[in-house]
Amino acid sequence: MNYRMSWFLAAGLAMAQPAIALAQEVLTIGVRSEAASMDPHWTQLSGDTQVQEHIFERLVGLSSTSQPIPGLAVSWAPINETTWEFKLREGVKWHDGEDFTADDVIFTYDRLRAGVSGAPASPAFQLEKGGKQWEKIDDYTVHITTDGPYPTMAEDLAMLPIIAEHAAAGVEPSVDFNTGQAAIGTGPYMFEEYSPGSQITVKKFPDYWGGEPHWDQVVFRPVGQDSARLAALLNGDVDMIDYPPTIDIPQLVEDPNFTVSTIPADRLIYIIPGNKHIEPFITDAAGNPMVPNPLRDWRVRKALSLSINREAIRDRIMGGAALPAKNIVPPGFFGYVEGLDADPYDPEQAQALLAEAGYADGFNITLHGPNDRYINDARILEAVAQMWSRVGITTEVDAMPRNVFFSRLIRGDELSMPGFDVPEFSIALTGWGTVAGEATYTVSGTLETYNAATGGGNGNFGRYSNTEVDARSVLAKRTIDNDARRAILEEAITIGMLDYAYIPIHFQVNQWGMKSTLVHEPRTNERTRAMDVRRVE
Amino acid sequence: MAEFIVKRLLQALLVLAVMTVLVFFGVNVIGNPVYIFASSECDQPCLDAIIKDLGLDRPIWEQYWVFIGNMFQGDLGNSFTHGVPAMSLIWQRLPATLELALCALVIALIVGLPLGVAAGLRPTHWTSRVIMGFSMLAFSVPVFWIGLIMIIVFSVTLGWMPAIGRGDTVEVFGADLSLFTLDGLHHLAMPAFTLSLIMMAMVIRLTRAGMREVLFSDYIKFARANGIRERRILSLHVMRNILIPIVTVLGMEFGGVIAFAVVVESIFSWPGVGKMLIDAIAVLDRPLIVAYLIFVVIMFVLLNLITDILYSLLDPRVRLGGNSG
Repeated sequence: MNYRMSWFLAAGLAMAQPAIALAQEVLTIGVRSEAASMDPHWTQLSGDTQVQEHIFERLVGLSSTSQPIPGLAVSWAPINETTWEFKLREGVKWHDGEDFTADDVIFTYDRLRAGVSGAPASPAFQLEKGGKQWEKIDDYTVHITTDGPYPTMAEDLAMLPIIAEHAAAGVEPSVDFNTGQAAIGTGPYMFEEYSPGSQITVKKFPDYWGGEPHWDQVVFRPVGQDSARLAALLNGDVDMIDYPPTIDIPQLVEDPNFTVSTIPADRLIYIIPGNKHIEPFITDAAGNPMVPNPLRDWRVRKALSLSINREAIRDRIMGGAALPAKNIVPPGFFGYVEGLDADPYDPEQAQALLAEAGYADGFNITLHGPNDRYINDARILEAVAQMWSRVGITTEVDAMPRNVFFSRLIRGDELSMPGFDVPEFSIALTGWGTVAGEATYTVSGTLETYNAATGGGNGNFGRYSNTEVDARSVLAKRTIDNDARRAILEEAITIGMLDYAYIPIHFQVNQWGMKSTLVHEPRTNERTRAMDVRRVE
Repeated sequence: MAEFIVKRLLQALLVLAVMTVLVFFGVNVIGNPVYIFASSECDQPCLDAIIKDLGLDRPIWEQYWVFIGNMFQGDLGNSFTHGVPAMSLIWQRLPATLELALCALVIALIVGLPLGVAAGLRPTHWTSRVIMGFSMLAFSVPVFWIGLIMIIVFSVTLGWMPAIGRGDTVEVFGADLSLFTLDGLHHLAMPAFTLSLIMMAMVIRLTRAGMREVLFSDYIKFARANGIRERRILSLHVMRNILIPIVTVLGMEFGGVIAFAVVVESIFSWPGVGKMLIDAIAVLDRPLIVAYLIFVVIMFVLLNLITDILYSLLDPRVRLGGNSG
């Protein structure tokens, strides 16, 4: 080829380029938190997993309400008391054209068990639950055995993205995924570019087993500032955003150019009362810690719940986007108890209960909570404090950034003061997400008595303890039959919540703002995915 | 001269050592990063395993020695969040901050100098009052407010400007710069202007003050008496003399602008080091926070060292004996 001809060709290519670009269907999403790594075993942060879900898939997928659906496995069933058989999907291709087989599943689980060095939150613990062991039976069958009967196998495996043995064997964790070298998945979109702080792009995988994906390219742009993210949507820099500021939702709804999608989240916002005999932040009028701690009396806990005006919080703080609750998992989830409705606002009854319990003159508490973790968390704390003060419990709020809050909530001052490795707060606001769509681990984590050895009560930072609940929680963890387990869970939840093990406020509501040319199927688990977005026909 | 430089170098090393202690221990007493990342299902053995893997179970002084040892080999550790060397993240994102700061500096000078000269020439004229009022506002109105208002006006209402991010980049000497593309400049305009405001106000005030002083000095009177054209007096004699303090102050300010362009970067989602620092603090990514702060310390120490050396070359009194001169 001579020099002139190559010039012509280059010019022709340059001219052809914009034409191709115009025909491309590109979806640009402004997200609140950026994915920190493309290694799906690195963290469990939802900012990371939502991008990784485009590239990597799990054996078990999750529906929009977090119920298990076939993913890389087409079916699963227990074949005896302690063994689950997973039938894998045939004909699935990795992004580089190789075939997906049981070897990749075994490789993935082996990698997790060996430990992903440096990972701040690998999901490997899912494999330790129940003492799982795995075995390849043939190229498309995998057996997973456990120490005892284990009902929530599908829910656990729905948390474990499968990576390709041929692409990820021996690579450096995180680093080689971020370059794209090991970021080979089976999902509908392929890794294209990861540019920290600026954008992450994935492109269509035409050979996807579930049919050709809708978008040619999807761009995730991190915009941490709420108002800037909204501005980016309003001026067209992005097509869609997650977490639109609650205060601006009405404006978006009214504007014909934009639309909002909404679904109750799996995240419960609740207040944990401390159950220790003496709690440092519960004091009498003179400022001395009270003996015994009044929060140990269920009537006091009920009074606290009755004096919270959940509707006011929903309407005035959350812009209507909250679901007042007494249940611990949202409607549609396995274990949701019909008829267990949010407590009404009844300050008179609250005062009567306090008087009955012997605290007619009230007492003083300090309510702790985060101020940058949950939607409007600091404002909820202030509102609750005012409501409690109104019934005679003088409440002071101590809100702090999450990087300080969670350490103190979980382990107290263990770093600066050896020995202080127990939950520090006497009463605190926090949140719990039932990621698996199933209440077993929520009951076990938040209602069961704390037991470091079994992992029971892992999120029970108030150290609530009730043998009635414990017995049912332990039984549920061993009951494979779904109907029987659901009944046990509903009993455990009802007992625990009528005893005010903790004080639910509401389920958050997930919202997305987008151009009105788009239609979005929202997900309870807060993930923002291009698979759920289409153009209006 | 050599003795002077060695002395300054030793001082710089001492500053660095003190800073590593402050930064490292300061960052390590806030919370525990593992609890921020950990899933609610991760029980105590699972948490302990992660803490051990990250080396957080060791006594803090031991962690510090490991850190110092690695630092002398040029390794400031891996970011918890990203799992890649902290310095590589900093280098990757520094060009974005540098070009933002540089553009802000240029805007501050291009706008600030003429305004300052105008205000200095006719201090009682109403234009001068307007200019000084503007500089007062630029000083005192919070940067994040100005940034948000600019986004609302120019991006949302008028639709002229992109609200977030950085534009197309081209590679220049191995660094991605957006300075040389139209799209890049389009994205750069608002954040750079916002960042320039405080520097601009400073330039206006320094220029005006300098003008007032220099215009009445003997050599200007003498130049006028000699019949030199006013334009030449201004551009040659006045300018040259008022520029010295301006350059000194801006030089010092520039380091601060690079190090702490945090606010502007967060508002405009500018992928620079400032935003990286904020993100790192939110999740207690200790190695990244420490690496960045150490990096800033080294940058400041080097800048100061260079300034000192330059001064000592220009002004012999400095190297002869500190304050005695």
